[in-house]
Amino acid sequence: MNTILIAALVCGVIALVSGLVIGVASKLFAVPSDPRVDLVIGLLPGANCGGCGKAGCADFAKSVVAGENPPNKCPVSSAEQISAIAHALGIEAGSSFKQVAVVLCGGDLNQARQHTLYNGVYDCVSAAMVAGGPKSCSYGCFGMGSCARSCPFGAIEIINNLAVVHPEVCVGCGTCVATCPRHLIKLVPAEAKVHIFCSSPLKGPEKKKVCSVPCLGCRKCVKAGAEGQFTVEGVKVSVNYDTGENGLPGEDVVAAAGCPTGCLMTVAKHLETEYAELAEAKKETENGRK
Amino acid sequence: MAANKPIPPKPLSFPGGIHPAKDGKSLTEKKAVVAAPLFDRYVVQISQNVGAPPKLVVKVGDAVKKGDLLAEASGFVSVPLHAPTSGVISAVGDAPGPMGTLVPAVYLDADGRDEWTANRMAPLDWRTAEPAELKNRVRDAGIVGMGGAAFPTHVKLSPPPDKKIDTVILNGAECEPYLTADHRLMLEQPEKVLVGAAVMARALGVENIFIGVEKNKPDAIDKLNELAGKYGVKVVGLKVQYPQGSEKQLIYALTGRCVPEGGLPMDAGCVVQNVATAAAVCDAVESGVPLIERITTVTGTPLAAPGNFLVRIGTPVIRLVELAGGVTEEPRKLILGGPMMGFAQRSFEVPVAKNSSGVLLLAASEIVQYDSAGCMRCGMCLRGCPMHLSPGPLSMLIENEKFDLAAQNHVMDCLECGACAYACPAHRPLVQHMRRAKAEIRKRAKK
Repeated sequence: MNTILIAALVCGVIALVSGLVIGVASKLFAVPSDPRVDLVIGLLPGANCGGCGKAGCADFAKSVVAGENPPNKCPVSSAEQISAIAHALGIEAGSSFKQVAVVLCGGDLNQARQHTLYNGVYDCVSAAMVAGGPKSCSYGCFGMGSCARSCPFGAIEIINNLAVVHPEVCVGCGTCVATCPRHLIKLVPAEAKVHIFCSSPLKGPEKKKVCSVPCLGCRKCVKAGAEGQFTVEGVKVSVNYDTGENGLPGEDVVAAAGCPTGCLMTVAKHLETEYAELAEAKKETENGRK
Repeated sequence: MAANKPIPPKPLSFPGGIHPAKDGKSLTEKKAVVAAPLFDRYVVQISQNVGAPPKLVVKVGDAVKKGDLLAEASGFVSVPLHAPTSGVISAVGDAPGPMGTLVPAVYLDADGRDEWTANRMAPLDWRTAEPAELKNRVRDAGIVGMGGAAFPTHVKLSPPPDKKIDTVILNGAECEPYLTADHRLMLEQPEKVLVGAAVMARALGVENIFIGVEKNKPDAIDKLNELAGKYGVKVVGLKVQYPQGSEKQLIYALTGRCVPEGGLPMDAGCVVQNVATAAAVCDAVESGVPLIERITTVTGTPLAAPGNFLVRIGTPVIRLVELAGGVTEEPRKLILGGPMMGFAQRSFEVPVAKNSSGVLLLAASEIVQYDSAGCMRCGMCLRGCPMHLSPGPLSMLIENEKFDLAAQNHVMDCLECGACAYACPAHRPLVQHMRRAKAEIRKRAKK
């Protein structure tokens, strides 16, 4: 009994003394911290994606409080979140528009020809170093998912060897843009629903040899759309994302243009309908075989 | 081991390495070099050297003669490019490159006359010429390392003044399976090789010249030995072990010196050149011929008549396949270079470059498709690595993207020789991992 008492007493005294020391030390050596930084950290998404160019959300919060960055530098936060931060700090929010990533290639396994068998490292960056990977098109998506693995939000899905971005999940941090060895991923305004899903600068017939959904450079879309909605560089046509007075091309342009290959399409189509169906059908046949 | 201190007796080999049981050399080693006929079109890639790509000096529609300048050197680490034959420049644009991407190239339509240019360089007497004169000639002839690296030769011949060079080494090892171009060169034109070696030794002001040849080419060793005394060259037979032809391994085998980590052969007092480069140097000096043709082995079991050919730079590979009798069996893989370090190609339209020592076709039956498994820590890769690295553990670090740890474990010293991947019973793509890590580390260092 006595032993237990002594032990309890000793522990109690140690606890008391160290508690006192810690208490005094916390008062004596306190580092003054800006409560506003903690406030901003609380309002930021906390994904630490690095899309703002800072090391993480805490680092970005410090720079916002210090006035180095406006709150809208955070590509992930919605307009409401940004205005909340601006309101809390009593500063201008700055105009912000949401951006999302889009993979400008439509060549999945059914569309783009496979040139070689590839059994190396299953990673786009590695594949790019071996004769440009297995796909015949030297400008297309590898579909090996380096971007999907790098995405901190899980917004990229690989469907039938083609990377597609789910725009409702994507926050536009730009991590995938830096990862893609073919530079196929672009940050575009979230309102842009129509894209030309081809990034190859080759001439039409060359592309036609290797893929069934290339941009042939026929410019039907340029004629169908309003002025300034598309830009033409050599053979390659792309949507002009610097919105002019005519805005971005809508779904009506897709219908009016009648793109001969179908590489001018909506994000929804790129993501789901035909491709997903094909993938589903393929899976079923595979299951059937088993 | 202190650098610059020879350790007798010479090791004549190196620790590590592998020897493929079936080296495929018997397909072509007895075939004498045949000069390829003139084709109607040549595709000359503009950038055929390590360093700055040369600057184009011709335009579409220009008529050029054989040996005329197509592009001029654009810096110190750069060499000019010459027309392989006489004809008209029909286009300047993209052509399939060796890495699967499109590269800028000059399309030359031959006129069939094959006339030499009027501004052909005058022959030099190398025994009396100044070293600087010889170096300039080597540069003006557009000579690069013809073993595969395509490093401008004149740069190797101009070491910084603080580096003391005392040995010139010619690489006649030809350790790559299947390739026999250097073997035939040494056998048929030993004089050219030896003169080239002597020219480079004179340009560097050194007396000590070695030619390292693997012992599986006894006829070439005998042939060189007959003439070597005249030029003060020592011919040394080396153990048959891949990668004996790698600079650092060759220096160790012949001199016992080690090139320090991250260093160049010049840090061990050596300059290493391929025998084909030496022959090109001899041509440039003795007859003023720029580097417009080379000996290339066109081989593989699918070919009807594999052989060694003297081909112009810019010949599309498809022409060489036709020259070698066409295919009797559907080829599944085309490799430019040897099977160990060569690059698989996407297209038969890819042209021969200054560093293309071989064109290899493999049939479907020769290619094994395998799935790589996890590392089983057997250590075969450690035994195979000529650089004393641990490829297996390194590959695991790289798989997990721990590039800084990989750098600490000397991944940058990797030669990419492929000995580890050849030895690996789990078929791990080790070289590809190393290449990715090296590219990634270089990218980060640049930032």
